[in-house]
Amino acid sequence: MTPPLTPRTITVGAIIACLMLLPPYAHLIGNLFLLSLFTRIVILAMAAVSLNLIMGFGGMVSFGHAAYIGIGGYVVGILAHEKVMSGFVQWPLALAVSALFALAIGALSLRTRGVYFIMITLAFAQMIYYVAVALDRYGGDDGLTIYRRSQFAGLVDLSNKTVFYYVCLALLLGTIYLVWRIVNSRFGLVIQGARSNDRRMNAIGFPTFRYRLTCFVIAGAICGLSGVLLANHTDFISPAMMHWTRSGDLIVMAVLGGMGTVFGPVIGAVALLLLEEALPIIIGAVTHVFTGRDIAAAREYWQLILGPMLLLIVLFARGGIDGLLARLRRD
Amino acid sequence: MTEALLEIEGLTKRFGGVVASDAIALGVPRGELHAIIGPNGAGKTTLIGQLTGEIAPDAGRIDFDGRDITALPGWRRSMLGLARSFQITSLFLDFSVLHNVALAVQAHAGHSFRFWADARSDAELRQPARAALARVGLADRADAIVANLSHGEHRQLEIAMALATRPRMLLLDEPMAGMGPEESARMVALLRELKKELTILLIEHDMEAVFALADRITVLVYGRVIATGAPEAIRANAEVRQAYLGDNGEAGSNV
Repeated sequence: MTPPLTPRTITVGAIIACLMLLPPYAHLIGNLFLLSLFTRIVILAMAAVSLNLIMGFGGMVSFGHAAYIGIGGYVVGILAHEKVMSGFVQWPLALAVSALFALAIGALSLRTRGVYFIMITLAFAQMIYYVAVALDRYGGDDGLTIYRRSQFAGLVDLSNKTVFYYVCLALLLGTIYLVWRIVNSRFGLVIQGARSNDRRMNAIGFPTFRYRLTCFVIAGAICGLSGVLLANHTDFISPAMMHWTRSGDLIVMAVLGGMGTVFGPVIGAVALLLLEEALPIIIGAVTHVFTGRDIAAAREYWQLILGPMLLLIVLFARGGIDGLLARLRRD
Repeated sequence: MTEALLEIEGLTKRFGGVVASDAIALGVPRGELHAIIGPNGAGKTTLIGQLTGEIAPDAGRIDFDGRDITALPGWRRSMLGLARSFQITSLFLDFSVLHNVALAVQAHAGHSFRFWADARSDAELRQPARAALARVGLADRADAIVANLSHGEHRQLEIAMALATRPRMLLLDEPMAGMGPEESARMVALLRELKKELTILLIEHDMEAVFALADRITVLVYGRVIATGAPEAIRANAEVRQAYLGDNGEAGSNV
């Protein structure tokens, strides 16, 4: 089954192709910052895809999703600090701990709805954040440097930045495929039904709580994996990994890209993180043209541009960028 | 008379000082179409809420098929074969018609912890769903999005979703609400078909429909059962006429 050529499939295909060809391009132009930036984009896209599983498809707006990035990262960092370097131990353990936290947080938060759910997930994430701040042995507020990336003896060498990038990209694509299967499975239909009309789901015989909780745990585990990757990418963990503004960023990625589809958050992650890099440069160039001087302070105000852009997307493109692309075909 | 499929005893629910259900006792035998009527505020909605598990009674018990279901959650009652329709249409508005009914089929086709296979093209779900749609006369609307359906079609879909759960008993909460005469007539014909195989508890304002369909009628006033009996007996009952139908016999006269 080949998907039809629409603006949307072309864009999705182009993004995947660009992501795949990025390392040779970065080497060619000798800009290794580009590789590092895109590694970060790919990792956070994975977190956004996992958030979108519960938020876009399940209607569970978690404002504490970055907590799982932190949990996944801290499991890797703490194990590395305790001289457990094997990725075969670190990674499964990180996923399991993330899933366990999601199970406990979900079991309590999913009893609430709407704004209360948003606030209680935020509260749990803040608790975990401050626990990390209090972990003196593991750097507390200052964080902890990881001296060796996860070791997969004989399999892959993650200290090679290009190899690491491709590992992240493969895991992102695998995650997207997994979420896509889930969303269209019986389980996925139950999740979407519960978002649409939970009362009716109950009336036709679904105990929705256990399905929603399972979904919450799956999303937590995937997000934990992105934390594992982020810790390995930066060779560093700190509470800042799971600051509440990061949870906000993940929501913005999903909304900006489009919550209705599995791939939308990837578009959102690429768009948001590229804008974060590009807007200060653009502002710098524009102020230089108008004033003839470099005003470094002006670059600090890039969010003044980003904010209204997000507002316009939310107001006029309810399906996000992805929704805009889908509509292009029909018009 | 055959044994009761649904048996309600001493069902009581208070909201502050208001007694919405006052020691309600009611038995619905298998195969019966039992109607509940009563003026606004009689406690019909509270009663149905307790039968479906959305409202917990303060006292009393509900037996379904010889089993105490008083404390069971709604989804478990659905599993036992007690299906409901909603007074105010409650559907998955962003899904297709077929998809709505398929979800109801899925609820009764084993657990849904199946994460991999595509459920949208699953014949095991689609075929029974199409059959339920055909029964209520919505077969040709299967692929429409529910939000684009007419009010009458929404009511039909409500019934189709209840049927798709393969129930033994239907609780219908005002299925004719907001319908025109033509749509109502179609719904009456449909219910007449359904009553051949299903036990039905019907809560309805449309007196013409109630007296045309019901085997027995229970009259609820201020949370209390003031009369239960065959339609003729209810129409002749002086207390019912005074409390509900009105002395001029308005509702009775158009039957």
